[in-house]
Parts: sequence; C-alpha cells; structure tokens
Amino acid sequence: MSEPLRPRSSPRAALSGRSDRTFQGLILALASVIVLVFVLSVYQLGRESWPALREFGLSFYTERTWNPVTGEFGAAQMVIGTLVTSLAALVLSVPLAVASALFVAEYAPKWLANPVGYLIELLAAVPSVVYGLWALFVIAPILGRWQQGFFADPANLEVYTRCQDIWNSGQTTLQCFFVPSAFDGRGLALAILILTVMILPYTASVARDVIRLVPQDQREAMYALGATKWEVISRAILPYARAGILGGVILALGRALGETLAVAMVIGDSQDIIKSLWGGASTMASVIANQFGDAQERLHRSSVVALGLGLFFLSVLVNFIARMVIARLTPKGIQ
Amino acid sequence: MTARSSALPARPRPRLSPARRARNLIMGALIGLSTVIVVAPLILIFAYLLREGLGAMNLEFFTRTPAPEGETGGGLLNAIVGSLQMLLMASVLGVGVGVAGGIFLAEYPRHPLMPTVRMLSDVLAGIPAIVMGLVAYGLIVLYFGFSGLAGAIALGFLMIPIVVRTTEEVLKLVPVTVREAGLSLGLPQWLVILRIVLPAAAGGIVTGVMLALARVAGEAAPLLFTAFGNPLVNLDPTKPMSALPLEIYRGATSAYDENQRLAKAGALLLILIIFATSLLARWASRRR
Repeated sequence: MSEPLRPRSSPRAALSGRSDRTFQGLILALASVIVLVFVLSVYQLGRESWPALREFGLSFYTERTWNPVTGEFGAAQMVIGTLVTSLAALVLSVPLAVASALFVAEYAPKWLANPVGYLIELLAAVPSVVYGLWALFVIAPILGRWQQGFFADPANLEVYTRCQDIWNSGQTTLQCFFVPSAFDGRGLALAILILTVMILPYTASVARDVIRLVPQDQREAMYALGATKWEVISRAILPYARAGILGGVILALGRALGETLAVAMVIGDSQDIIKSLWGGASTMASVIANQFGDAQERLHRSSVVALGLGLFFLSVLVNFIARMVIARLTPKGIQ
Repeated sequence: MTARSSALPARPRPRLSPARRARNLIMGALIGLSTVIVVAPLILIFAYLLREGLGAMNLEFFTRTPAPEGETGGGLLNAIVGSLQMLLMASVLGVGVGVAGGIFLAEYPRHPLMPTVRMLSDVLAGIPAIVMGLVAYGLIVLYFGFSGLAGAIALGFLMIPIVVRTTEEVLKLVPVTVREAGLSLGLPQWLVILRIVLPAAAGGIVTGVMLALARVAGEAAPLLFTAFGNPLVNLDPTKPMSALPLEIYRGATSAYDENQRLAKAGALLLILIIFATSLLARWASRRR
C-alpha cells in the first residue's frame, strides 16, 4: 500500500511554490504602501514648500520676519519656539518621569504599582485637544489671575513699562524675560507646562520598562554590601538603565516637537520674537494649525507647508538619534 | 519561621551614618511626591470634565446636531457619527497595510526590502499628526475637496506604524516550532502563516488595532484640513465630515458658552471611549 514519497518537482510542490510566491507578492505589495506613504510625504511636502524655499532659500528657517501682509516669511521664531518649548518641557518632565518609574518599579507594593502604572498609561491616552481644553479653561485663568495681581502693584507696572521699551526695540533681557507681558494666562509658560504633562507618560513608561530589565542580582549584590535603597538606585539601577532612559527621553522629545493642538490653543500665537516667559509665542506646529486654513496667498501657504517639511525632517532626525543612542549605549543582555 | 530565625545568631544591625539614612529617606520621599505630581493631572482633568460635562450629556447631546451660534441646546450627533465613519474607514487602511507590514517583517526577515520597510515604519511612527494632515491635504483635498475620506486616510496613515509594530511583536512570540510543525506536514508557507501563525497571534493583533484606534480617535490636528468638519450629520464620505476632536477644538476656542459646554461634554465622551478602549485592549492582552 505504501506509496513512494512525492519528489519535490511534483505538480503539487510546484503549485505550493507558486501560491507561496503569490502570497509573498501580496504581502509585499501591501507592505510597500509604507514605503509609498513615506515617499509621497516627502514628495508632497517638498513640492508644496518649493515656492517658499525657492524665494527665501534655506534662510527661510533662520530669518525672523513673518509677515503675510508684506509677503515676507522667515520661520526662525517658530523654530526657536518649537525648540524652547520642547526642551524646557523635557527638562521639567524627565526627573518627574524617572522618579515615577522608580516608584512603580522599585518602591510601590504590587497592589499600588499596577494601578499607578495604569494611570500613567492613561495619561498618554488623553487626546491633545482635551489637554488644550483643560489648560485653557482651568490653568490659564489661574495664571491670568497671578498676572493681573502682578500688574496691580504700581512698582511692578513701572518695571513693565521699562521692559516694554526693551521689547519694542526687538530685544529682551533676562530680567524682562520673567516679567508678564499678557493678562490672560496664555503664553509660553502655559505651553511648556502642558507639554511637560503630555510627554511625561512616554518617558515614564520607557524608563519603567528599562528599570525592570536591570538584572535582579545587581540589586542584590549592592544590598548585600549594606547599601541603602537610594544607593542601589543611584549606583546600580540608573547607570545600568541610562541608555534606555535616554532613548525614551529622545522619543519624548520627538513627541514634544510635533505636538500641535494643545500648544496651539494655549501658546498665544504670536509670531514676534519671544519677549517674556509669560507672553505669546508660537511653534512650527501651532502656526500650521492656526494659519494653513486661512492662508490664501500662494507664498503664505507654501511657507506654512515649508514649516511642515522642517518639522518632518526634525522628527526623522530625532528618531534616528534615538535609535542610535539606544543601539550604541545599551549594555549587552538588554534586548 | 520565627523559631528558625531566633535560632540564628543575632545579626548585627547595619550601622548607617545619619547622612546616608537621611539621603535615603529624602530621595524616597521625593520619588513618592513626584509620582503624585505625575498622576495628579489625569485625576484633575477627569474630575473637571465629569463636573462640567456630565450635566450636558443628556439625550439631546446624542441625538441632535449643534445649535446655530448664539443659540442654546443641540448636541454632537454629527461628530459622533463622523468619528465612527472615519475610524471605520481608517481601520481598513491601517489594519490592512499594518498587519501585512507586520507579517512581512516577522515572516520574511531575509527579504532584501525588510530593513527599508522596518526603518520607514519607525520613521512614520514619529511624524507629527499635523504633518500627515498636510500630506493628506496635498494628495487628496487639493484635487477632490474636503471629505471624510481624506480625513480617514490621514488617520489611516497614522494607524499603520502602530499596527505594524504590535503585529510584528506578537507574531515573533509564536514559537518557531509551530511553524516547523506546519511546514513538515507539507503545508505551504502561506497556509502556515494564514491558518496557524495568524490565529495564534490574533488576540495580540486585535489589541494592537484597538490601541491604534484609541490613539487616532483623539486626533484633531490632521482632520483640520482634510475632514474639515460639518455642522450636519453626513453619511457621504466624499463630503466634509465632523469628528469629536474637531468639535472639541472648535468649541474650546469658541467665544460662545454653549459651544464650550458641548466641547466639555464631547471631551468627556471622547476620553471615556478612549479609556474604555485602552483598558479593554490591555485586559484582552493580559488574559491571553
């Protein structure tokens, strides 16, 4: 009864080879959409921003004037606004995020660690517009009341008038940087604050995952030598987890650079130079959100898209750096 | 247990210098305090929306469209219906391409295009949503006008990298021996993938899709120049369409109390949906 085994060249094997190739072709075709989306994005952004870049050259990103009326467009203020808000938010959020990750991974008992971990992940799920709404309706009035209190004092009013001369001449000093220039709470400070909250969960969850990967014997070895909990954290855990945390921080920076509506709603949308921590400013993303819909004139519209192109390359760059940092610095044994 | 430890010679108490002990306590307290600061915004936002939005979430909210500016009443039916339609359409693109991309990365690791697809998928994951809105505007709106479909395509672009990543990860969790068993029975590779590997990973893929949906359901930025918004209920995907995040954005920046009230109720509804989706996704992935 026993049949001889079919040789590889039987019609059935050939058929399965062909169907394999068909399936692989189908999967490849669908996966190529990813490549297509990238290529189309570069092409589209490049084509649309070409008029602006041809007119102003690369100095588009370094010139300070942004004036739709006179048709002059330079994005330096938005580039600075983007970098200042993102980096300040990063500086504020990283210690908090790492601390909360340490709490979840090292301090909290299990019954507390899980819910706290959930809450931090839900923080990442809150949409940008909801953060914007909350900042606008809850935090801005608080800051606004403080600013009105500041102006109520005649001595402060004098400082303000002195600073106004400096601001009007297109400059700012360190002292004037901390003098309010607005009354409604919206401005650079609120944008930094809300960005800080928004990027916290990204750094926190990456840091928590990396801290959990630190081998248990590293902790035990130090405890056995009589180290305190903080000494174990600062000398064994954090150095070991450093690279992973840094990678998470850079990814959070990418988020902050591109964050749009929450910032657009609270930053005050001023394209002048940044005068005061409490005054209006703008970021590349906030200008796209606020102006693209109204930009009728060709050069204006093209300039707004050129901001998008800049943002695109900035996020690609940040992504590459993050991946390089993680790959370079990760000790063997992690990943 | 106690008897045993008492039998051991008394262990000398570690003698900590006051400085070390103080530093340990202070850092512990700071870490606890930081965690409270991190979690506080979530609780504050949720409490604020509950207080402000719950009252506005009546029957009218779910069955009516916004009242004309300056008048009272109305609801966000147009946004709810629009969001559902766009998410459904975005899923077709996001899940189709995303799952295929994940299969490609996990099952054909030696394909020459593999590193390119992996890198570009990571790059796409980092591109700001508003930039994707600009791209979709230039590719679709410029030629066909504002439409729900254009919005859905922008959202689909945003879903793709998330679905790719999770699909690839769960497929890699399926043991190689399972694939070998299938191949040794004489099944062609594509049947092994479709009939054995994918079903084994289905739970994880569904979780990834749900997380991707929860992520893009809250995006308003890419819809500003694509779906554009619509004060009426619209079932035609080639026409402008509203969405919950869009109405929240417009309402929150509006000067009218009534629009602000609807925005707060809309925000409450949106985060309830998103929280439910993410929790469900986590619960499903944990049960697996």
